[in-house]
Amino acid sequence: MSLTADDVKKIAHLARLGIEAQDVASYAKDLSGMLDLMTQMSDLDTDGVEPMAHPMDQVQRLRPDVVTERDNREKFQAIAPQVEAGLYLVPKVIE
Amino acid sequence: MHNKTIAELAKGLRSGEFSSVELTSAFLNRIKQHSTLNAYITVTEDLALQAAKEADARLAKGDAELLTGIPVAQKDIFCTEGVKTTCGSKMLDNFIAPYNATVVDKFNNAGAVMLGKLNMDEFAMGSSNETSYYGAVKNPWDTNTVPGGSSGGTAAAVAARLAVCATGTDTGGSIRQPAALCGITGLKPTYGRVSRYGMIAYASSLDQGGPMTRSAEDAAIMLQTMAGFDGKDSTSVDLPVPDYMAGLTNSLEGLKVGLPKEFFGEGLNADVAAAIEAAIDEFRKLGAKVTEVSMPSLKLAIPAYYVIAPAECSANLSRFDGVRFGYRCENPADLTDLYTRSRGEGFGKEVKRRILMGTYALSAGYYDAYYIKAQKIRRLISEDFKRALSEVDVMMGPVTPSTAFGIGEKIGNPIEMYLSDIYTIAINLAGVPAMSVPAGFAQGLPVGLQIIGNYFAEDRLLNIAHQYQQVTDWHTHTPKGFE
Repeated sequence: MSLTADDVKKIAHLARLGIEAQDVASYAKDLSGMLDLMTQMSDLDTDGVEPMAHPMDQVQRLRPDVVTERDNREKFQAIAPQVEAGLYLVPKVIE
Repeated sequence: MHNKTIAELAKGLRSGEFSSVELTSAFLNRIKQHSTLNAYITVTEDLALQAAKEADARLAKGDAELLTGIPVAQKDIFCTEGVKTTCGSKMLDNFIAPYNATVVDKFNNAGAVMLGKLNMDEFAMGSSNETSYYGAVKNPWDTNTVPGGSSGGTAAAVAARLAVCATGTDTGGSIRQPAALCGITGLKPTYGRVSRYGMIAYASSLDQGGPMTRSAEDAAIMLQTMAGFDGKDSTSVDLPVPDYMAGLTNSLEGLKVGLPKEFFGEGLNADVAAAIEAAIDEFRKLGAKVTEVSMPSLKLAIPAYYVIAPAECSANLSRFDGVRFGYRCENPADLTDLYTRSRGEGFGKEVKRRILMGTYALSAGYYDAYYIKAQKIRRLISEDFKRALSEVDVMMGPVTPSTAFGIGEKIGNPIEMYLSDIYTIAINLAGVPAMSVPAGFAQGLPVGLQIIGNYFAEDRLLNIAHQYQQVTDWHTHTPKGFE
């Protein structure tokens, strides 16, 4: 199975991932190679097999509904690219 | 001092032969002397000397633990409060972690002295340490070769004695493969044994932290500190931690060893195979009964892994968006441009490749064909392990198909790089523990023997490795120039 340059651009957009125009062809080639590897999976009959998402087959552990975290806003915002008045700043979204 | 084991160093610290400050200074000097290996991303000299002073005070008071005053290092995937934590990426080049990983807290509480943060493949994605934003790490056995990855900085540092021991993480072989290529001992614990809190996530259902050391005894001491239930990690397993040191001396008489025939087929280098066979003979002499086992689904481990790990990676790495922490592009035009360019400029090529692969595998129309199919194969692989490990106590085989390869040799061909993890990846899919133990040399480069155990059988693995290290001395060899 092979992916085209347009496929790669579409996937990159879904991931909001910038890729350089000159690299698109090499990603298409690498991803097509990976997909070739994955076609081997169809050799194995997996009808009726329960998908395994996690090695322990665990259920989510519950905890008492009590406050365990302190307010660390200042600490966390100290490492942010741009903050003002306790808010994270991004380019204007609404005109 | 730098060639002593943890137990020997602990004794020396207590007898007054040397202080932790002296020991720490000696290691800091070695790190400077051998900086061309590029094993460290950050050396925390001042913090280390401060911690060493505190350790000396604790030793003087007599309330020290085995690791008190011992110089260790952390893979740069573990968050360290107030210290740059990069995960080998430009994305986190400016990231000063606001909290400690549980593993880091545990070492601090034990009084261990952190020397610094170790180099690694970017976001732990790689098998050669060449994907690091901070440059390739060199293998101390031959500086033209790679140390393996992703915990390549850890493996090089421990092999070159630039830390007594250090942490690694293993998602598809990232502890065992570099341990094998650098001739040290590495243990990937059972999934859930060591807390993942504060360990930057790559593929959350596969990631597990563990010790990388010179000997199995040192690994037992380290794992004792690292293991245990942590309420801050929702997948941490609430089971008691055994006394890993206590079981080391158990006899191997009657041990049932299985050799998965799939580990000894085509693609295995003949000299590596010979070293592994010699190691298995040592186990026969120690009383082990060796039989062949088969794991038919193993051949699909690489394709299944390269669906599941990228799928999880694409979800985990969506948090790096240029808004709350990490890299942000200059002058974003709008919000989409901010996301797209911050991620595009902050991530390296291998990380992007896996994000793209994962996004594709999870996208509408392909989810069942790739992601669900891979999870079904994961179930079959895991059942292979359960069946084999009901017939034998442990399985043994090579860690890697060949010894360390050249820097630059495979980085241009991602598929070839992925295939170098052929013997390690299935273990993560099943979630069982496995070790890499030094088992000789092929053309002058180290070979690692892999020992795979049942869930939570770390004590048995450490026992088996320790007994092997009582009758062999491969783990004591030091690369030339680093004696």
